[in-house]
Amino acid sequence: MDLQFTAEESAFREEVRAFLKARLPAALARKVRNNLHLSKEDMESWHAVLNERGWLANHWPAQYGGPGWGAVQRFIFENECALADAPRLVPFGINMLGPVLIKYGSDAQKQHWLPRILDGRDWWCQGYSEPGSGSDLASVKTTAVRVSDAAGDHYIVNGQKTWTTLGQHANMIFCLVRTDKDVKPQQGISFLLVDMKTPGVEVRPIITLDGEHEVNEVFFTDVKVPAENLVGEENKGWTYAKYLLTYERTNIAGVGFSVAGLERLKIAADRMQYKGKPLSQDPFFAARMARVEIDLENMKTTNLRVIAAAADAAAADAAAAGGGVPGAESSMLKIKGTEIRQEIFSLMRRAMGPYAAPYIEAARDLEYGEPLVGPQEAVSAAAAYFNHRKLSIFGGSNEIQKNIISKMILGL
Amino acid sequence: MNFEHTEDRRMLADTLNRFISEQYGIEARNKIAYGAEGHSPALYAQFAEIGAIGALFPEEEGGFGGKGLDISVVFECLGRGLVAEPILGALVVGRALILAGTAAQKAALAGIAAGECIAALAHDEPGSHYELENVSTAARKEGEGWIINGSKGVVGFGGKADLLLVSARTAGCAGEAAGISLFLVPGDAAGLTRRGYNRFDGGRAAELVFEDVNVGAEALLGRDGEGCAVLERISGYALLALCSEAVGAMDVAKDQTLEYLRTRKQFGVPIGSFQALQHRMAELVLEVEQARSAVINAAAAIDQDDRATRERALSAAKYSTGSIGSLVAEESIQLHGGIGMTWELPMAHYAKRLVMIDHQFGDEDHHLARFIELGRQA
Repeated sequence: MDLQFTAEESAFREEVRAFLKARLPAALARKVRNNLHLSKEDMESWHAVLNERGWLANHWPAQYGGPGWGAVQRFIFENECALADAPRLVPFGINMLGPVLIKYGSDAQKQHWLPRILDGRDWWCQGYSEPGSGSDLASVKTTAVRVSDAAGDHYIVNGQKTWTTLGQHANMIFCLVRTDKDVKPQQGISFLLVDMKTPGVEVRPIITLDGEHEVNEVFFTDVKVPAENLVGEENKGWTYAKYLLTYERTNIAGVGFSVAGLERLKIAADRMQYKGKPLSQDPFFAARMARVEIDLENMKTTNLRVIAAAADAAAADAAAAGGGVPGAESSMLKIKGTEIRQEIFSLMRRAMGPYAAPYIEAARDLEYGEPLVGPQEAVSAAAAYFNHRKLSIFGGSNEIQKNIISKMILGL
Repeated sequence: MNFEHTEDRRMLADTLNRFISEQYGIEARNKIAYGAEGHSPALYAQFAEIGAIGALFPEEEGGFGGKGLDISVVFECLGRGLVAEPILGALVVGRALILAGTAAQKAALAGIAAGECIAALAHDEPGSHYELENVSTAARKEGEGWIINGSKGVVGFGGKADLLLVSARTAGCAGEAAGISLFLVPGDAAGLTRRGYNRFDGGRAAELVFEDVNVGAEALLGRDGEGCAVLERISGYALLALCSEAVGAMDVAKDQTLEYLRTRKQFGVPIGSFQALQHRMAELVLEVEQARSAVINAAAAIDQDDRATRERALSAAKYSTGSIGSLVAEESIQLHGGIGMTWELPMAHYAKRLVMIDHQFGDEDHHLARFIELGRQA
């Protein structure tokens, strides 16, 4: 057993660090560090930088434009990006649809869609959740009916998707749709790719409790989708949907984000004064910080153990798709990882004292020219805390993760 | 990066686990651990024979291991078997001899490793409450030797130990690190009164009273007044050992509880089909994995020279296994329901041990505070 990275792994980490130092713009990092607003262009520019380096689609096999990394390299890369305050990639094309197309898509679909994901021509969003289908995803009601006419085979899609993250920027959406109502819910679902400019698609913003426009509702009214946009077989969509979810949960622990967040918190707690001393010396606050720090130190090792096990499994079964993506163990990482991240956001909010309350939305733009009210961290402390309550809800709520652990790991 | 144990360590674990399951099954264990002696001299000798003690010491000192992971592997096995033998005493006293002993003093190591000499650390005092520097027991120089006066509390197997490692103040006052010295004292020294008793979780401990106990110059281990640094290092070994033992015990308590959820039926179905219980179990399992990670971190840190890095990892591990150990104990009892309250159920004894480990060498609060303090110093 050896917790240290090998010489090769360390060299790779240095390579990533050097790349980030050279290519991550300081202004962009500052926005990420301080939870300021990121524009569509910010996200697209970072996507392009990574694509240029060949490090964008780090789960993809080399033949489709991936870097051919293993699980440990991916972990190092994600971790270093978070520590350097790089923006989180919009994951829907790269981390979700890409792997599904690679495993289940036709050659024509791979040739058409994968390069467009890489070069950013398509911005994908995710059409999974519906107003009546949250944790119970298999209950989707949006329908797709296959029709033939002079123009060829089509699906006519009707229904509504929700919680569509950054759908306002997207031109494409992948959807779970019901193609058979007369079978078990899981057996009548298909996986469909929809151009959002098609007549009948309407995107409406959902404003979240922090006042932000991050998520949307997407309505489908008699939307005509070419049959060639069906991925895999009709009514087999649930299999593809679950496969996608395992990718959604990679790097779900977000260890790098937590390490970066804890660093920020410590700096803030050293600077904030309480009873004539730095807040970090208050025994109660210090104890809460220490607990989360220890949890995080343990989590780092737990995460590496899961990754090492997945890498070993992949090595033992080279034919296995995914190149070492953790299975149900990622549910443990998700629960603990999100709890840690949420606690750090919570402590940052507390650290700001009364200055967590003032909220000047414009101050979350880097270009804001007025003097700040309170410390820099206070600009977004409350908003970031509330925004990240989503962590324990999305990607399968933490309660769903416990169900998965019960079933897949404990056999209950 | 690699999380596989070496072939040697896997073999050691296999040997120990097999021996324990054959000789130290739970019924035998309870007879031994709760009996008048609190352990089995015959089986202790056999533990030594199969290498459970030798693995704790490096080769150049006559052992065949001694790395953090060796200690961790041994104690995880002992935890799985709820072994109540005086192996922790052998570890800490042995490591003290290695760290600070003269060639003559180190001669005692062979007997310790062979299981012939039972060794105990006599450090905690009735009022010290986990504080390493809180030593009131005093030793004053008399001629070439020393005269020791004071009290030591809850000394593991202190009632029958052949060799005691005693901390005593030769300068300064209670609470100061400087001025603490270490002495090797025979268990049958004149002027030493030992009151032995059983521990709640099995095994024995003792209250020791030193009244003008006379020892020679050769009893002083390490330099006069500089014992605290040695105490910190050997306590570190104890922390790693106890944390590893806790993870072994957690695994068994967890497995037995899981088995119960699968088989116990209420309302016509296994109780493991109830989501309220599934979620508690899922949480328990992920916390046990966090504890295991904490122990791996501690084992990797124990030989580090940088004090803050090393001691923070050790305190982090003791805090983690302390809080998670209690969680596992409480949840395992709760998930078992009434039967979890009975002496008859093996799991109950694991729960007792898990909680009592938190009371050895500092509990979760003590180590959380220490973790914070070390961070401030760094």
